[in-house]
Amino acid sequence: MMSERDMKNIPAEMFEFTRRDEKIHDEKIQTKAIGYFMDAWLRFRRNKSAVVAFTLIVILVLFALIVPFVSHYDVTFREGYYGTMLPRSSLFAPLGFWDGGKRSVENQESYEYLKSIGVETGRPVIMREYDAYTDSAGLTYHTVRVDAYQRVGYAYINLTESEYDALKAYQDATGTQVIYPLPATHSTGYLLGNGGANFWYKLKNEAHTTTGGAVLDENGDFIPNYLTSDNPEKAGYTSLKIAGDDGGADGDAWYVYAQKNQSGYKVRVDYYEYFRYVNGQYPSFLFGTNAYGQDIFTCLAAGARLSFLLAITISLINYFIGSIYGAIEGYYGGAVDMVMERISDVLADVPFMVVATLFQLHLAEKVGVLPSLLFAFVLTGWVGMAARVRMQFYRFKGQEYVLAARTLGAGDRRLIFKHIFPNSLGTIITGSVLAIPGVIFSESMLSYLHIINLETSSLTSIGTMLSSGQGYLSTYPHIILFPALFISILEISFNLFGNGLRDAFNPSLRGADE
Amino acid sequence: MTKYIVKRILLMFLTLFIIMTMCFVLVKLLPLPAVREMGKDINLVLAKREKMGYNKPIMVQYYLFWKNIILDWDWGVGEQMYEGYSVWSVMMQKLPYTVLVNLYSILFAIPLGLGFGIYAALKKNKWQDHAVSTLVMVFISVPSYVYAFVIQYFLCFRLGWFPLQLESLSSAGSLFSWKMFRSMIPALLSLGFGTVAGLTRYTRAELSEVLTGDYMLLARTKGLTKAQAISRHALRNAMVVILPMIIGEFIGILGGSLIIENIFGIPGVGNLYINSINVRDYNFFMAMSVFYTFIGLASGIVNDISYGLIDPRIRMGSKK
Repeated sequence: MMSERDMKNIPAEMFEFTRRDEKIHDEKIQTKAIGYFMDAWLRFRRNKSAVVAFTLIVILVLFALIVPFVSHYDVTFREGYYGTMLPRSSLFAPLGFWDGGKRSVENQESYEYLKSIGVETGRPVIMREYDAYTDSAGLTYHTVRVDAYQRVGYAYINLTESEYDALKAYQDATGTQVIYPLPATHSTGYLLGNGGANFWYKLKNEAHTTTGGAVLDENGDFIPNYLTSDNPEKAGYTSLKIAGDDGGADGDAWYVYAQKNQSGYKVRVDYYEYFRYVNGQYPSFLFGTNAYGQDIFTCLAAGARLSFLLAITISLINYFIGSIYGAIEGYYGGAVDMVMERISDVLADVPFMVVATLFQLHLAEKVGVLPSLLFAFVLTGWVGMAARVRMQFYRFKGQEYVLAARTLGAGDRRLIFKHIFPNSLGTIITGSVLAIPGVIFSESMLSYLHIINLETSSLTSIGTMLSSGQGYLSTYPHIILFPALFISILEISFNLFGNGLRDAFNPSLRGADE
Repeated sequence: MTKYIVKRILLMFLTLFIIMTMCFVLVKLLPLPAVREMGKDINLVLAKREKMGYNKPIMVQYYLFWKNIILDWDWGVGEQMYEGYSVWSVMMQKLPYTVLVNLYSILFAIPLGLGFGIYAALKKNKWQDHAVSTLVMVFISVPSYVYAFVIQYFLCFRLGWFPLQLESLSSAGSLFSWKMFRSMIPALLSLGFGTVAGLTRYTRAELSEVLTGDYMLLARTKGLTKAQAISRHALRNAMVVILPMIIGEFIGILGGSLIIENIFGIPGVGNLYINSINVRDYNFFMAMSVFYTFIGLASGIVNDISYGLIDPRIRMGSKK
């Protein structure tokens, strides 16, 4: 029917205008536009492991930042008597773990020694007794759980006269006894006992290097063996006294609480209480202490701050140098590229160890250890970033939209920064993040090997902490455990996070893992 | 191909030369440490210094440095450690330890890495693959010294299976004795974890890409079993990329690991290097730095060249 009609000569009246009273235009896009970063974020969010890793990183950073405010100690804190303390958390201690205790087998002599400290201070050193056995030679061994904090017991300290009076005043004000009478035993040759300060009881063998065990009374109790004096002036003690000291009432025995020496007084203090007197609280170290008595919890946060600071600074500097260098290389190409590429090739081939050492030898004294390490990382670190940017420039500079922009009169700078560079942003951000674990690892390795020395009174690094714990690996593994755990979690998180970023920015590379 | 190899090698020596020069100048700018009085070879060291022109300008010293190396292969003598001994001979004496430990570790790492990688690729996106990939991620990220501490604590100390440190040559008898090997096991395990993880990741990525190729479909359609198709086609093609990496690893064994040698007391070149830095023995430092630079360059070249040799389709250095 249609074919019968004359299609070439359709009469004008058959046409009619449509939508005469409307403006005709493209339909407005109803949904919101998704930009580059939004797009990446949407993809990143779906990657569960990367999100978890990112959360972990945030937690670790917060740990590094918050610890100095909540910790009772600072990096400069050192307390020799509380060296190699085991980790203790007041939260978990009542449950029987993370309580600063350690299971050990003690012979009769040291068993009595540990027990005696608890008897005198009133705070048991032996937290739990498991069993005891006697071997064929007649020696008895006890399996016990020993409280590392309490086993420190007593120590001799020297106080000036005013310090001595202040301590006595403190005792009277708080009602806690810190100063205890001096024991009569003076041998310092014992393997145990803080220079003999812990032997307040009668020993079978007073003069030799082994104590020979305690002399017990008929009830099996320790017999006190304090230094006494018949001269009350010499004792001259006006503060708290131990139970049973009635001040020489039963004849001539005054317990001696202090001995005068050149600088003041030598006194014997309950170190646990003395620590509280000095530091304001009882010793308790969440992650324990190292051999110098530094709080690992605090030092770890300080080391982490240093690592983060170093890694992020280096990453940012490399980001800038690398992108400018790479952009010039990639954009101009040709001879410029050739020359610049050779320079970066040579730099990339210098082993990092050589660079770090030479910078350390040349600059450490002039500008400090940390800046010279920073220079060493920057000198070779930007090469990888430059290569990435160069690659992106080669990919994009020949594309039509760049040609179009150039035709419209865009200059080099505009082309580089406005049109091509944004395309490499994702790669650069990914590269910067993935470079961070490398920097942290290298820094910890160099300080571990003592090639750089980041250990000053107020500065520490994770590598230094690891190396300070290495000699105690078999006896006190906790010194190494926490820094090692920290750096492992950090490395894993940064790698996962970096991979997640790469997948998000560049979905075509997903799963390529390289 | 030959032209490419020659070009690469020449370029390598040029790079090495530049790095050596920079290193030399920077070391010479440092104040010269005094010869230690304790050694009985002090005169030997002083004579050597005279011969190497230590009191002459740097340019002359530089000339003498090259002259000694090219004519006599003389890298100087130890000044702060191994006083009077030739640097080169001490290095050669240390090298076997490093090479042996790293060789063992690679030999056990390669089959494991390939095995896990192939397994994960074949089970791609199943739970086995996810398990392997997660472990790989963990093992690749954790620093090697953390393994070393864990191994040293549990295997050496708690279980007492291995000695804490490497046996000395005198107590073990020979470098190849069982006793020596046993004391090397902790070190080679700590070194191996990372290599296994890296190789697994690489193999998995390569093989799973190859497995999606059209020729794999063809192989199955023409009647090969899955095992045949994988072993004859997929693995071979995946190896093109994996093998150069393995070869590169073999060059790398000369360098060893500084930190692992330090932890397990292996008297290898890594330890020597660390010591030379710590006691500021610049002759050792110079020679060892050149050594490490060379290894790095050489493994890069061998890696690149082996691509071309294994798969002639890949023409390295050609325009397209």
